[in-house]
Amino acid sequence: MSSTEAPGGAAFAAEAPLPRRRRPHTATRLFRGAVPYALILPVLAAVAAILGYPLYRLVRISFEQYGLFELIQRKGIPVGWENYSSVLHDPVFWDTLVRTVIFTIANVALTMVLGTLIALLLVRVSAVVRVLLTSGLVLVWAMPPVVAVQVWLWMTNYENGVLNYALTKLRLGDYFQHDWYATPFSQLALSTTLIVWGAIPFVVLTIYAGLAQVPRELVEAAEVDGARSWRIFKDVTAPILKPILLILTSLAIIWDFGVFTQPFLLIGQSNIQESNYLMGIYLFEEGYSKSDFGRGAAISILMLLIVALLSVFYVRKMLRLGDLR
Amino acid sequence: MTAETQLPPPPLPVETRPPAPPRRRRRRRAGQTLWNLLGLALLVLMAFPVYWMISTAFKPDDDINGFTPTWLPTHPTLDHFREAMSRPFFWDGIKNSVIIVSVTVLVSMVLAFFAAVALAKFRFTGLKLFIVLMIGIQMLPQAGLIIPLYVVLARYGQVNTLTGVTITYMTFVLPFTVWTLRGFLLGIPRELEEAAMVDGSTRVGAFVRILLPLVAPGLVATSIFAFITSWNEYIFARVLLNDQGKQTATVWLSYFYGTSKHTDWGALMAGSTLIAIPVVIFFLIVQRRIAFGLTAGAVRG
Repeated sequence: MSSTEAPGGAAFAAEAPLPRRRRPHTATRLFRGAVPYALILPVLAAVAAILGYPLYRLVRISFEQYGLFELIQRKGIPVGWENYSSVLHDPVFWDTLVRTVIFTIANVALTMVLGTLIALLLVRVSAVVRVLLTSGLVLVWAMPPVVAVQVWLWMTNYENGVLNYALTKLRLGDYFQHDWYATPFSQLALSTTLIVWGAIPFVVLTIYAGLAQVPRELVEAAEVDGARSWRIFKDVTAPILKPILLILTSLAIIWDFGVFTQPFLLIGQSNIQESNYLMGIYLFEEGYSKSDFGRGAAISILMLLIVALLSVFYVRKMLRLGDLR
Repeated sequence: MTAETQLPPPPLPVETRPPAPPRRRRRRRAGQTLWNLLGLALLVLMAFPVYWMISTAFKPDDDINGFTPTWLPTHPTLDHFREAMSRPFFWDGIKNSVIIVSVTVLVSMVLAFFAAVALAKFRFTGLKLFIVLMIGIQMLPQAGLIIPLYVVLARYGQVNTLTGVTITYMTFVLPFTVWTLRGFLLGIPRELEEAAMVDGSTRVGAFVRILLPLVAPGLVATSIFAFITSWNEYIFARVLLNDQGKQTATVWLSYFYGTSKHTDWGALMAGSTLIAIPVVIFFLIVQRRIAFGLTAGAVRG
């Protein structure tokens, strides 16, 4: 039960004295009022120190020339908006932004469509297959991303990777010694397969849990009325799943927009170049690798702003689900 | 770490659907086999990379390097595991990961528990703001935080130290532990706490004797989740630890490929398996439990 549903109802709530107890002295009441603040203080202090302060430095550095020399001197040279104008006038930034948006849309669309279809399939299959498939999904979910990248590298290896062998054997074309890392498109498409594969289990199991909330009577009534599967999904299931689908989609957008580990390691640092930059990698290369922290800070802030805009919807939705209106 | 592991998994309803109305039953049964086959094909497709990793790790080199793949490890060998473990810095990586992860989990759990009690059992001005902060932080892209954290840690001489990485990990472990623990605490029936109070226990007494044992499974599940998240983390460890002797297990693994012209795939897959094993085991343990924590507090549309 959520205690926030009944105001003041929790046993530990300061404003809920037991009946017949005398009204506590003002000092005691003040003390009790302070308890929750004392409880959240450690986390607040930690977040302020390890995140708040760095973010404050980030804003300051973004207006400074800040390279390795300044890092050692611990003092940047103020340059006003120069970092921002340099980034915003950089065609690489805009190309990267467009590429990242397309990449994100492709990943999110694939994740959500496949995730929904597999969740619907989970409802149809027999109990044994359902347990097997669910276990398989959990196993995939548990794979650490860095490990998954290594497996992908091995499977797509041009010499004797199993992917080229299987595709050729299935007569889908001649993939003998096909190099999947030859073009930016192919590199990013491969990253997409890895990201979607890793994201599907979470999406499927969440949607499947949501499907259990769809009242059976509604589905049966629709079936009796002669509705076909697609109509049942569109008019009965989908509206009930809508909040879950919206949350998952916004989460997927936020994650995929900021993705770093999978494309960075799969493409490999030696192959990373302007033509296959994604936002996170662009930031890493321009800011960290080149030790141009001032410019990197400006890119970070632009990226954080974009993600903040994308997140507003998600945070509001979570608050509503958490009964915190 | 990808953000994907940050959000606790949802529950898995186990009950099956009731039989379809008689009119449709026959057509369903014919269709059922088809759906089952599709489900199994999907299982093979999804789980294949995991299978391929493990089976490659056990195959002898001849089976791995042939142009025709060997589907089953018919001559299993442990050589690749020995190779992986005897590679330089493997044990350093494991040791560093264990140190960083345990300190991160311990400290975050203690801090987060207090905050979760405040969120679950008190109403106070600023409650909502605090929750927005906790959810908001989880949304920050980690790539966007490399520069500020690197610069600040460099200022205080914490680059290339395990302390610096541990502090960094807390930025993303703290918010979700607070949020998940809040869910577990909300799941405790209020009546139990009130009963303890009526019996004359003090607030602290009620807390220690009633609340703590009830929330213990939640604490364990959340710690394991925090463990997995930090164990899988890559980007901060990569940026903050330059010294090979100080890098974590995931960074060690990421440097494996491409260091020589011919990759030792067997050893790479053995190393991958070794690093994935603790995560997979822990994940299977908590997957359901953590779902309870999330659903108890958060997802109840």
